[in-house]
Amino acid sequence: MKTQHLMKGAALGALLAAAGFAAPAAAQDSIYVSNNAYRTGPFAGSGIPIGDGMRDYMTMINERDGGVNGVKIVYEECETGYDTKKSIECYEQAKAKNTVVYSPWSTGATLAAIPRAHIDKIPILSMAYGLSASADGTNFPWVFIPPFTYWDGASLMVKHMAAELGGMDKLKGKKLGLIHLDAPFGKEPIPVLENLAKKYGFEVKLYPVAAADMQNQGSLWLSIRRDRPDYLYNQGWGAMNPTAVKEAIKNNFPINKLVGVWWAGGDDDARAGGPEAKGYKSLNLNAAGTNFPVIQDIQKFVVEKGKSLAPKEKVGENLYNRGVYNSMLLVEGIRNAQRITGKKVITGEDMRRGLESLNITEARLKEIGMEGFATPTTISCTDHSGHSKAYVAEWDGTKWTKKGDWLEPMKEEVRPLIEAAAKDYTEKAGNWPKRTESCEKSS
Amino acid sequence: MFYREAGQFKSTYQADMAVFPIRQDRIGLAIILAIAFVVIPYFGDDFFITSVMIPFLVFSLAAIGLNILTGYTGLISLGTAAFMGVGAYACYKLTTMFPNVNIIVLILASGLFSAAIGVLFGLPSLRIKGFYLAVATLAAQFFLQWAFVRVPWLFNYNASGAIEVPQRLLFGIPVTGASAAPETRYFVCLVLVVGLTWFASNLVHGKIGRSWMAVRDMDIAAELMGIKLLNAKLLAFAVSSFYAGVAGAMMIFLWYGGGEAADVFGIRLSFNILFMVIIGGLGSLIGSFFGAAFLSILPTAMKFGLPALGVPMAGATAEHVTFMLIGGLIILFLIVEPHGLARLWQIGKQKLRTWPFPY
Repeated sequence: MKTQHLMKGAALGALLAAAGFAAPAAAQDSIYVSNNAYRTGPFAGSGIPIGDGMRDYMTMINERDGGVNGVKIVYEECETGYDTKKSIECYEQAKAKNTVVYSPWSTGATLAAIPRAHIDKIPILSMAYGLSASADGTNFPWVFIPPFTYWDGASLMVKHMAAELGGMDKLKGKKLGLIHLDAPFGKEPIPVLENLAKKYGFEVKLYPVAAADMQNQGSLWLSIRRDRPDYLYNQGWGAMNPTAVKEAIKNNFPINKLVGVWWAGGDDDARAGGPEAKGYKSLNLNAAGTNFPVIQDIQKFVVEKGKSLAPKEKVGENLYNRGVYNSMLLVEGIRNAQRITGKKVITGEDMRRGLESLNITEARLKEIGMEGFATPTTISCTDHSGHSKAYVAEWDGTKWTKKGDWLEPMKEEVRPLIEAAAKDYTEKAGNWPKRTESCEKSS
Repeated sequence: MFYREAGQFKSTYQADMAVFPIRQDRIGLAIILAIAFVVIPYFGDDFFITSVMIPFLVFSLAAIGLNILTGYTGLISLGTAAFMGVGAYACYKLTTMFPNVNIIVLILASGLFSAAIGVLFGLPSLRIKGFYLAVATLAAQFFLQWAFVRVPWLFNYNASGAIEVPQRLLFGIPVTGASAAPETRYFVCLVLVVGLTWFASNLVHGKIGRSWMAVRDMDIAAELMGIKLLNAKLLAFAVSSFYAGVAGAMMIFLWYGGGEAADVFGIRLSFNILFMVIIGGLGSLIGSFFGAAFLSILPTAMKFGLPALGVPMAGATAEHVTFMLIGGLIILFLIVEPHGLARLWQIGKQKLRTWPFPY
């Protein structure tokens, strides 16, 4: 019994020691990128395709080009299960391993990481999620939120509604319902919607879904049936989205009036509704499908060689491509940082400079095989979002299709709110670090 | 051989009633405290301190709180996380209302709010017990969690509904907020946990603790002995919620540093702390520490420790394995040693006393 106990003790001790010193320095000829992922937990349904897309693009860059300008990217996932506690662990791990950038992949994790990142000097890339106010680069030099924020998304929703009704003046007296996850992520669009509602005279109804009730929205849809909103904006994620689509069909809510935020646009989300989900809409920032050179390269260099975790038929789905887009931003940020600093192996501070002067033009998109995949995005010193364009995608029963043109968010409505919220945030935080980083010119 | 009390004579009643009657135990405690106060802050890296030690301390305190209620008084509660949440939100409101008051004072004061709410939800405990009480405390869990999300006053009408922890100084050193060094936050946690453990130890070894245990063992007998049940039970609820509240405030202010607060204090956390108490040992303070260490450090060690040791394991796999392992170990412990790790520790010490010549 003694030896057994000793062995157990020794094993546990070794584990603990390893947990404490789990930070081997990254090799000198590579760039380490840490990315949060959730392949477990209630949000895995959305997290897996995104994680696959991100991972595959990075693998493709290493396989096809031998890295970025010859420097291999060491890309590592840190499993969070969408749990803030584990995300904080992952942040600490990423910091200990000298990551050049941190991708939180959850609004809660972003909120927890933002104050730390400004002290630790680690750039955060929260691609179209996270704190909308962090688009203000003057106050948040270390946070990047391209190509747009949830507040832009809310304004796009109003714009879409107006376009279908036939003009902004037709919004008067209409009802817009917001079905949202009852968490910081879901609540983000509320201030903008309320602001626009006041301005254009429509009404906003809130339908919060607690994280525990994601798959049990019955009572909520009773109120929706009672209120009969003209449009529903679905700020949902994970298991909440397929449930919302199914409930809309069950409750006879016109499916083409249900519009998801870009995170509610998973193929599996819409597929859950069966053939009746045809017409379900979602805002989108990237194109779906495999009809792009970049996706074909991924198929050729990663999927066909068996280096992908994604099932073959899932490559090119909407959320997969979203992950590809996110990785593209990271790679372009690294490339830009290398160009500015002249270094091969960059640090987090270089990465910040690289992201801040990121200018992805139409020509550049074509070069990397993403023509028509997304719109050009420019990040500047003051504007860390770019407020780029999105489009309304429609589910045709089997896949997402592009419906209509690329739309611009109401930047003039959103921007003042962002600046006010950023000021409010930094004032409340007390002793928020003043921006000392010099501005990099966009190029 | 080394762990033997031969020659340690007690000549006073005080010495006889000491919490640690054996000299080796006192030396051991001193060594543990020295490691906690000196070695860990000095040698531990940031990851170890923020992701292993601070969570361990926070959960230990919460487990002590639940242990007072469930282990010592025999009242089952499934609302621990909600009471932790009360502490966190109270601390947030207090520090935004009184920005100049010492944050440590506010963290302790927020425990009082939690205690008040705990007493309120503890009122039914006079009439109901066992599963029925568990369900009543479940109501506290759901109601309070609902309130954290739906009462905007609690999070100062913040657009995202999250608590953003402001920077607060103690003697000119930042204790909360992002610029607070991990060592500072760890140190504050440690002082609070050690102080409150000492306080709890005095409570449970004194008159109050004995009345709690009498209520636990048989409440009618306790009543016949002259113990006022209502007072004893409500005091247990108050003290337990106080500890939970302080742990919750520590959790948000010294560990998380803001974020999705309402979701943090969900039913899963309540269950987790209940498991900590059960695995650690009901009715044992040291068991609270064992249980917290077991359930909070093991997943981290699995996920980050194994790859660092060279065992290639993907994060998701580690997560699944942890789930299975913890589930299995809970069952194993309940079968092999229902009194938890604390009892194993006790057996180990007993064996050491007779080693190497067992009877």
